[in-house]
Amino acid sequence: MIPEAGHFALILALTMALAQAGFALCGAWRGRVRWMQVADSAVTGQLFFVTVAFGVLAWSFYSNDFSVAYVAENSNSHLPWFYRLAAVWGAHEGSLLLWVLILCVWTMAVELFSSELPEAFRARVLGVMGIVSAAFLLFMLATSNPFTRLFPAPMEGRDLNPLLQDFGLIAHPPMLYMGYVGFSVAFSFAVAALLGGRLDAAWARWSRPWTLAAWTFLTVGIAMGSWWAYYELGWGGWWFWDPVENASFMPWLAGTALIHSLAVTEKRGVLKSWTVLLAIFAFSLSLLGTFIVRSGVLNSVHAFATDPQRGVFVLVLLALVVGGSLAVYAWRAPLIRSRGRFDLLSRETMLLFNNAMLAVAAVTVLLGTLYPLIVDAMGLGKISVGSPYYNMVFVPIMVPLLVLAGIGPMVRWKVQGAGALARKLRAALLASGVAAVVALWWIVNTSPEAVLGLTLAVWIAWTSLQGVFERLRHKSRPVRALRQIPRGFWGMTLAHLGIAVFVAGVTVVSTFGVKSDLRMAPGDSFDAAGYTWRFGGVHPVEGPNYTAQEGSVTVLRDSTVVARLRPQKRTYLVQRNPTTEAGIEAGVFRDLYVSLGERLPGDGAWSLRVQYKPLVRWIWFGALMMAVGGALGATDPRYRKLLARERAAADGRGEVTV
Amino acid sequence: MWLVGLIVLGVGASVALTVSAFRRNMMFFYSPTQVARGEAPVGYPFRLGGLVGNGTVKRGQQGLAVRFAITDGRQSIPVTYKGLLPDLFREGQGVVVRGNLSPSGVLNASEVLAKHDAKYMPPEVQDALKKGGAISNPHAGETVGAR
Repeated sequence: MIPEAGHFALILALTMALAQAGFALCGAWRGRVRWMQVADSAVTGQLFFVTVAFGVLAWSFYSNDFSVAYVAENSNSHLPWFYRLAAVWGAHEGSLLLWVLILCVWTMAVELFSSELPEAFRARVLGVMGIVSAAFLLFMLATSNPFTRLFPAPMEGRDLNPLLQDFGLIAHPPMLYMGYVGFSVAFSFAVAALLGGRLDAAWARWSRPWTLAAWTFLTVGIAMGSWWAYYELGWGGWWFWDPVENASFMPWLAGTALIHSLAVTEKRGVLKSWTVLLAIFAFSLSLLGTFIVRSGVLNSVHAFATDPQRGVFVLVLLALVVGGSLAVYAWRAPLIRSRGRFDLLSRETMLLFNNAMLAVAAVTVLLGTLYPLIVDAMGLGKISVGSPYYNMVFVPIMVPLLVLAGIGPMVRWKVQGAGALARKLRAALLASGVAAVVALWWIVNTSPEAVLGLTLAVWIAWTSLQGVFERLRHKSRPVRALRQIPRGFWGMTLAHLGIAVFVAGVTVVSTFGVKSDLRMAPGDSFDAAGYTWRFGGVHPVEGPNYTAQEGSVTVLRDSTVVARLRPQKRTYLVQRNPTTEAGIEAGVFRDLYVSLGERLPGDGAWSLRVQYKPLVRWIWFGALMMAVGGALGATDPRYRKLLARERAAADGRGEVTV
Repeated sequence: MWLVGLIVLGVGASVALTVSAFRRNMMFFYSPTQVARGEAPVGYPFRLGGLVGNGTVKRGQQGLAVRFAITDGRQSIPVTYKGLLPDLFREGQGVVVRGNLSPSGVLNASEVLAKHDAKYMPPEVQDALKKGGAISNPHAGETVGAR
């Protein structure tokens, strides 16, 4: 009976979502306050019922109820309890439920934290979110019900995919979904503003913290996915340009453009149309990401689900969201008028270039991801583009973007004198020049990319820190001035420093990383990257639901032991797929990484992959800095203060802002 | 206006760059039958997929060189590779390899991919197998691919 209760809760949640959408939008349209209040209650009700459904599914996993088909497919009684709970979102149906749950949480957050917003505007936001939620609930109930029963119930489940039995799986999808779904808030704000016919600086200011929050989650989610792939897939790579990775990267690029263009729209009231379109596209790309990963249309290591019917449904949904919102845009576009002018050399122009480049980057990823699918669907042959394509395209797009990330924050709004700017940038240019020379001298036979990457990292780091000093330079009390710097500015500085750290990590690990595939018998040793790697042989070990061959590799430097690595080759008892567990010694400046291949004929030899990965951690640390920067920006008290002031002003005038 | 012009110019340049990079790095997929018929390019990398032929995997006594054959039930193409093979690589398993065809008809692979789920068959491989006849019952192919 319990799973049926979950099913029933989902149906009730759908009615709540429809009520939320209907009452909110009609209420805003007709100006009926009571109707809008009904929508508020519907938000709470929907969250309640979706939580119940989610709890029921989690309970079914926890109690090993294999009469539920989804549980039988993705769990097993030998699975440790925390993986059983994480298995709730280990495949298609459950991850959709998580998607909707997160959407309900975001909606609730909007309801709670936007009491200061004009009533009609707030109702429209909730209404649009209700439509999105209703569509997803309908999708779930029609094509992918997680509570479908299996008769007769099997005695044992088919187990969770071994690759997903990892801490990475517990945390990565919820983070990613928080990001994806978070863009629905920015989307709803944009569509609500269009519906209300009021697109101004206030709208941009309201949606900024929400967009930053979503972007922060997405950044963390992507970084965690990359980290998971690094240690779990056993190849030691951190980004594969896999379609599923691209699916999360495209909304990130669009979202990054969006947080920058929202700044322009808020501060200067220009680029409004573009910002609205970006908000629509960021969410559309999030939906596309969900579609790509979960419909199984791609030949990819991540696409665990294959069901074309679902794909068609999501495709229709995508067409409705994109088409519908663009239609609203076309209807309201004549109302959007940008006031204010700006010079060629101004902050506005810099951010415009930033947006153009990020948009181009998103389109190149989109092309590389979708074009092979389209060609295949039309029966024109099977093609693929791999990392060479992306590397070739991304370097020329990213280099000017990174140069700009250094200049942009230095430039004034509206108009900036070229001479003054040049004086400001003199020191940074000098520092970067020195960095380039040092890089050239240090790396004798280096690639030009390495010199370029390190120079750009120094350039961005220098200019970001200089931005802080400029704020203090002419102040009589620098410490007090330091405390007066708004939190959003610290956020930007930290995020840009994160880019510098990230670029340094990527450059160093791809230039100085060492990778060797070896044949090693017990007792053999191998010298690489200044370390001696000694293979001690392999012995069997047993885990809770797997058996493994564990190798032992001792790493020495100048005859002292630096690390003992224990890479494993695991065979899970139910699914029988061998998986590789890399042995990693992590460090701030380098990772030592060994993965076990297979047993070779003769003398107990094994194939091993030995890797030295300098600064690889900086990649994720840089991403984390960006995320913390985003969180600082999202929580800047300025947004709430301004909101309260606007409200007070509106009340004082005795008018209702719509 | 100059601003618009500048952006159009920049975007145009990036599009040109993207398209040319796309063209140069586009990689085609061939089945063993197509390669045997001489449809695959010589000296230009492409991807080949099928099943690892039973009894064809031969490891060298030294180093990590390995030879095997990829088959679709009708034709079989010999492949050489040096390095670590993926976890799910074994005889009878569907794989995709990337590499260059030598004039003698041996594929020198630079990458071997086996999918991470034993029940999952890369769609290209499944297609090639159906055409080659290794899967006679079309529904058998679906159960392999469905997950």
